[in-house]
Amino acid sequence: MAEELLYWQALNRALDAEMAADESVFTLGEDVGLYGGSYRVTEGLYARYGEWRVRDTPISENSFTGLGVGAAMVGMRPVVEIMTVNFALLALDAIVNMAAKIPFMSGGQFAMPLVVRMPGGVAKQLAAQHSQRLEHTLMNVPGLRIAVPATPQDAYWQLRQAIASEDPVIVLEHELLYFSKGPVDFAAAAPPLHRAAVRRQGKDVTLIAYSRMAELALEAAQELAKDNIKAEVIDLRSLSPIDWDTCAASLARTHRLLIVEEDCRFAGAGAEIAAHLGERCFFDLDGPVRRVAGLDMPTPFNGELEAASIPRVADIVTAVRELCLAGAKK
Amino acid sequence: MMERETLHSFLRDMLLARAFEERAAEEYSKGNIAGFLHLYPGEEAVAVGVIRAVEPSDYIVSTYREHVHALVRGVPAGQVMAELFGRTDGICGGMGGSMHLFDRQRRFMGGYAIVGETYPVALGVAYAIAMRELPEAVVCFFGDGAVNQGTFHESLNMAALWRLPVLFVCENNQYQIGTDVHRHSAVTEMHKRAHAYNIPAEKVDGMDVFKVHDAAHHALDRIRSGSGPQFIEYTTYRFRGHSMADPGAYRPPVEVRAYQANDPVSAAVKDLEFRYPNAEELAQAGPDNIHRLAERGRSAGHLNEEDVQAIEEEVGKIVEDAVQFALRSPQPTIEDAWAHLYHNRRHEVLI
Repeated sequence: MAEELLYWQALNRALDAEMAADESVFTLGEDVGLYGGSYRVTEGLYARYGEWRVRDTPISENSFTGLGVGAAMVGMRPVVEIMTVNFALLALDAIVNMAAKIPFMSGGQFAMPLVVRMPGGVAKQLAAQHSQRLEHTLMNVPGLRIAVPATPQDAYWQLRQAIASEDPVIVLEHELLYFSKGPVDFAAAAPPLHRAAVRRQGKDVTLIAYSRMAELALEAAQELAKDNIKAEVIDLRSLSPIDWDTCAASLARTHRLLIVEEDCRFAGAGAEIAAHLGERCFFDLDGPVRRVAGLDMPTPFNGELEAASIPRVADIVTAVRELCLAGAKK
Repeated sequence: MMERETLHSFLRDMLLARAFEERAAEEYSKGNIAGFLHLYPGEEAVAVGVIRAVEPSDYIVSTYREHVHALVRGVPAGQVMAELFGRTDGICGGMGGSMHLFDRQRRFMGGYAIVGETYPVALGVAYAIAMRELPEAVVCFFGDGAVNQGTFHESLNMAALWRLPVLFVCENNQYQIGTDVHRHSAVTEMHKRAHAYNIPAEKVDGMDVFKVHDAAHHALDRIRSGSGPQFIEYTTYRFRGHSMADPGAYRPPVEVRAYQANDPVSAAVKDLEFRYPNAEELAQAGPDNIHRLAERGRSAGHLNEEDVQAIEEEVGKIVEDAVQFALRSPQPTIEDAWAHLYHNRRHEVLI
């Protein structure tokens, strides 16, 4: 039943399925229509659904995201594509002040079935203005939910669930994942939108990661297996809310935690994960929670420096070895 | 050519608006209302004239100076006052407050406290209307200070590009908080900016409720006949400072006095007094307006000073009842706040 699909194709199929099923679903953004989307996610939809449901917009991020907010208030289910997460900074008023707050400020009178999709992360030498991770900014906004799919299957499931949700959901897509391939089972029952997935089981150490870093964590775990270190890999799949129970259950078995994030270390997503699990699982842990994270600098343009500014598989392997060694000394 | 009933209802709305806002100021001084409180006296003709021109199926998107917009739309005064008090029976359960009145049932799409947010919200509602091919329209309120936000230009462009059914209503009270229009805008006639986006626009006297109403009515007709967005700039004036925290000391007293002499409420009351225009007024009005002036005077002759007093008593009682309703309403709990946050989630399983 499963089909091998690229990540962007899975998103495209999810959008298509939701648009076919419900006329109130429409998508808008820069070049989503005639052009087919910068990462091809909306390819073919303009021809199928027409310009009102697949709307090419001017370069006006704050207002077309706000358009999504207004439309969601009257029962539409807009899927706003912001060409890259970097441009979302221009739309933060619509996302933070409007989408996240209107349902609450109205005393629950208005739902906000809005999805905002944003490609992001460090790709290939796009320089500092096009290589950001802004999850920490969005995580700190009550009223928003954040999905971070790492696989084509999750991209398919989570986008469909986000569109069906009555809350505003931000879908952070990684630019280097669009052309990664994986099986997508259209008939399989989806886990809840925000549940974490244990991608690999192990007893020695827990690696918590999300988005592209979940892939790297899995590669590192394979590497570590050669040294007989059995790493458990949790793909969070969601950054708000976070499935703490799955994380805590893992720590109760492994007693060691390494968080892998592409976000900058200082006040990044990993800081919240470390603080929460440090508080909750203190007595399960054999040592301090550790993080492998992006450097606290704007992303350099130079290719080698760019690669060095975010976690690599070798960084994860080294950090795990240190962590396990420290534990062994005890 | 206003009917007696129309005159009567405009006057009632304006007197209610004035009484409500003056009482809100009083309750603020007593400590019953906290936070920011932006009052509307002086601008009543705009809210009444415009909102009385819209259909119940139309939508209103408003600013943080929106108590009167909500009242004219029909939100009960008690629920507005209770929201200002932050109480459970407020229209938003005490979660929104003075600047964030929402009433879904009456298609009152909120008051927004970030200047320039009303345009994209109106755009989205209008986009949905256009997609569904409904005969509805959206009224988008904003002040003169809001025309320099990026969203103004972004949204007017999109509204015109896709011919969306939006009536842009600029309440030009000539001050961006404490900065007067000549110090904040290179082009001070706001309607001219709409021309840059091929949106038909006009400037109308916002102190005359009948002119306000006529302009809005005709603009809405054009929108419904498929002409796309329309833009009206109403020149008006707020008698008070920007908010209760602002005494408005930056404004020359002579300017405030001049506008108070042109008070829209007094003007509306005056229209109700039975009096034929004198020769001088007829001459000033010009031949086209003779009929209008005479007609208004004739029909208004049905009302007298006692009727005005009766309306004042009626709205006085409404406002008093609203305050008592707000005082009786319980304070919301933190559990209420969580419930509002998760209300629309219903039975969705998240994790």
